[in-house]
Amino acid sequence: MSNTEAAILIQNLYKGFGSNQVLKGFNLRLNKGENLAVLGKSGSGKSVLIKCIIGLMQPDEGEITVLGESISSLNQDHLDHLRVKIGFLFQSNALYDSMTVRENLEFPLRRHWMEISDKETNDLVMESLENVGLAHTVDLMPIELSGGMRKRIALARTLILKPEIILYDEPTTGLDPITSKEISDLMNALQKKYNTSSIIISHDMNCIQRTADRMILLVDGIAYAEGEFDTLKASTDPVILPYFE
Amino acid sequence: MTLPPNTKRFLEEAGAIAQFTGRFFREVFRPRYEWSAFIQQCYMIGYKSLPLVGLTGFIMGLVLTMQLRPSLIDYGVESELPAMVGIAIVREIGPVITALIFAGKIGSSIGAELGSMKVTEQIDAMEVSGTNPFKYLVVTRVLATTFMLPILVLLGDAISLYGAYLGVNIKATTSFSLYYTQVFNNLSFSDVLPAFVKSFFFGFAIGIIGCFKGFHSSKGTEGVGRSANSSVVLGSLMVFIIDLIAVQVTDILGFN
Repeated sequence: MSNTEAAILIQNLYKGFGSNQVLKGFNLRLNKGENLAVLGKSGSGKSVLIKCIIGLMQPDEGEITVLGESISSLNQDHLDHLRVKIGFLFQSNALYDSMTVRENLEFPLRRHWMEISDKETNDLVMESLENVGLAHTVDLMPIELSGGMRKRIALARTLILKPEIILYDEPTTGLDPITSKEISDLMNALQKKYNTSSIIISHDMNCIQRTADRMILLVDGIAYAEGEFDTLKASTDPVILPYFE
Repeated sequence: MTLPPNTKRFLEEAGAIAQFTGRFFREVFRPRYEWSAFIQQCYMIGYKSLPLVGLTGFIMGLVLTMQLRPSLIDYGVESELPAMVGIAIVREIGPVITALIFAGKIGSSIGAELGSMKVTEQIDAMEVSGTNPFKYLVVTRVLATTFMLPILVLLGDAISLYGAYLGVNIKATTSFSLYYTQVFNNLSFSDVLPAFVKSFFFGFAIGIIGCFKGFHSSKGTEGVGRSANSSVVLGSLMVFIIDLIAVQVTDILGFN
C-alpha cells in the first residue's frame, strides 16, 4: 500500500478543545482513487479530523499532507488554491439559503475561476445538476427542496470544481434508508466518473459498506483498527464488535 | 484578584469585539474588494430600510410638533415652533431615532442571518470555496451600515420636517415656504455637521455588533435567536453611548 501515491497523509495528529483531547496521535493514509471511511462514535473527532484536513481547524500537533503539500506550511492564497482540488460535503449541506440552486453552484465557480464566461458557467452548472439528476431544480431556492434533494445539490456544488479529493461529512445522516442508498450509489457513480479519492465520515454502516474500499475505526483519538469492511466485521475484538451489531 | 464572573464575561466580550473591530480595519484595505456584495448590501440595508425610516420619521415630526405646541403657546412663542422642531429633529431626534430603528431592523437581521449561516456551516462552506467569509460577509455589511445610515438620517430628517409642517398646520396655517424659511434660518452648519458625522459612527457600531454577534453565534437555533436579540440590545445601547460621547466632543470643538 505504501508504494501507492497518497492523496492525503496524516501523521501523529493531535487536536483538543480545552481539557478535552479529541485526537491523540491519529494517523491516516488515503491512496489516490480510494474511498476510505472513518467510523467512530458521536463526538469521537471525525468531523474535527476532516476540518483539520481542509484547514478549517488548526491541529495542535502533527502533519497533514494533501496532494503532496503540507497544510500547515501553506499561506492563505496557497491554501485557497489547494482547496479547489478538495470538495467538502457538509453534514448540514450548507447550501446558501439566500441563493437559488444556480447561484449556489455558481458561487465556487465565480470565486475560483474569475475569467469564466456566463455560457461556460451555465454549462458547468447544468452538467453538475444532471450528474445528480436535479437539472429541473436550477431556479428553486434550497428551502423548496427535500432533504435528499438538498444533499444531492450540495454534492453537485462539491463536484462543480472537479475536485481530486472529496471529504464527506456524514453524507447520509438524517435521510431515510432509500434516499440514503441513492446517495451512496450516487457517491460511487461520481467516484467512478471523476476518479476522485474520498474520505467518508459516517456511522451509517450501510453507506460505508456500499461506498468504502477500506475503513478506519476512530476510537479514543487514534486509528484503533483499519482494513476492509468484511475483515473488520469478522473481528472478535470487543471494541470493534459493537460497531457491526 | 479574581473578578466576578459577570465582570469577567463583560471584559472578555469587550476584548473580543475590539479584536473583531481590529480585524475589520485590517481586512477592509486588503484586496480582494467585494464590490458587488457591498452594492447588494447597500441595497438591502439602505434602500429596503427607507419605508420604515420614512414612516417613523414622518410620525415623529408630526407628534413632536403637536406635543410642543401647547408649551410654546404657554410661553407665548408659538411662532418659534418650526425653528424649535427643526433644530430638535436635525441635531438629535432624527439621528438617534433613525439609528434605533436601524439597530432594530438591520442589527437583528444581520445577527440572525450570520448566526444562521454560522450554525448551518454556510460560513465554513464559504471558506472552503476559497472565499474569505469575514471580508465577504462582515466587511461588506459593516461598510454598508456605516455609509447607508447617514443617508437614511438625511432622508429621515427631511420626511420628519415635512411631518412637522403638517403638524404645524393642524391648528394654524403656515405656508410651506414660510415654514421652511423659519426652519432653515435657525439651522446652522454646526447643527447639521456633528449630527451627520455621528450617524456614521452609529452605523458602524450597529454593523460591527450585528456581525460580531452573528459570527460568534452558537448552540443552534437558540443561539441564532440570542444573536439577533443581543445585536439589537447592544447596538441600541451603543447608539446612546456614542451620542453621549459625540455631545461632549462637539462641545469641546465649539459646535454647540
